[in-house]
Amino acid sequence: MAKTIVQEFTKGLWDEIPPFRLVLGLCPVLAVTKTVENGIGMGMATTFVLVCSNILVSSLRKVIPSKVRIACFIIIIATFVTVVELVMQAFTYPLFLKLGIFIPLIVVNCIVLGRAEAFASKNGIVASLADGLGIGIGFTLALGALGAVRELFGTGILTIWEKPIQVFGPSFQPFTFMIEAPGAFVCLGLMLCIMNMMGSK
Amino acid sequence: MREMIKMVVVLTLLCTFSGGLLAAIRNGTKEKIEYQQLKFVKGPAIKAILEGSSNDPIVDRFKIKDGKIDRSFFVGIFDGKASAVAFESFGKGFGGDIGLMVAVNTADDTIIGVGVTTHSETPGVGSRAKTDPSFAAQFKGLSIKDAFKVKTDGGQVDAVSGATVTSRGVTIAATEAGKIYKKFKPQIAKKLKEFSK
Repeated sequence: MAKTIVQEFTKGLWDEIPPFRLVLGLCPVLAVTKTVENGIGMGMATTFVLVCSNILVSSLRKVIPSKVRIACFIIIIATFVTVVELVMQAFTYPLFLKLGIFIPLIVVNCIVLGRAEAFASKNGIVASLADGLGIGIGFTLALGALGAVRELFGTGILTIWEKPIQVFGPSFQPFTFMIEAPGAFVCLGLMLCIMNMMGSK
Repeated sequence: MREMIKMVVVLTLLCTFSGGLLAAIRNGTKEKIEYQQLKFVKGPAIKAILEGSSNDPIVDRFKIKDGKIDRSFFVGIFDGKASAVAFESFGKGFGGDIGLMVAVNTADDTIIGVGVTTHSETPGVGSRAKTDPSFAAQFKGLSIKDAFKVKTDGGQVDAVSGATVTSRGVTIAATEAGKIYKKFKPQIAKKLKEFSK
């Protein structure tokens, strides 16, 4: 059943794409996907943490005693999250202000801890790197897609590289509901539904 | 017993490593973060009141120690001379402290402009002290050495209608700014000479 490196990477993009297939880490998925930019920014921050923590956990897997492994994983993850937080403050301060509390909350994102526990602590460094990258990019795509749908229908505007694009023209009446919290649930539910329909064929 | 020791050693090493890494990154990004915070939080107010300066006041800043706190001063260069300085002071308003950025012309000690930076006043009422330019414009050209008061208290400033307490808070902050300016005038003049070169 040994998978190749490519398979480890690609499984995160469809078969195990985190919010839709594993239905994990829903807190940031629902909270920050008001716009595409927020979703992708959050996804990239999580990817960085995921890849770094996977590599470090995997390379230390023979040193970490199994009784305190969770504590060790949390220290590693928290370190990288703080790194991301500082770097974001220094270089992308407006995005940091928008994401706010959800950056430090990556520490308790169950995807990150889940990959460390379920994958990186049992597999080699290269496989863990591929796994982390795949899952991370899958997470980013999912957040970006959800953000795009919500922003598009909620405001009628898509913001790409800080350039707002009027998609539906000025006469469009936005569904303000979509950028509120209930809109996030409905939108996520519909996307899950579409994913399952495509998967069952 | 061996396992116990191993657990302690591994955790200690991990924490030490993580602490070291974070300290290094924090040191490396500290100045950049301070700049970003100033740019996005106080930047708009500073830019508005030092309009027309040929430099970036957020880059050209210096600090003076006032007791336990560091006060930041932002330099405005006009016609090749560092002749203006902006700094923040606070006064008590209706909902808490109001931060006021005050720019002073150091040649004749008059106010070039003021702008509210942070406040927690009632939106739409007290908050107009920040958004209504005509309120802040009243301070322009007045001497920083005066004490400021709203007209109902026998002073020179028209209060924002319906927000006397907020307006009073702004005048308190402006008066406070005058005190700070008087206290540090020699140091400010000395620092500004360095920027004029």
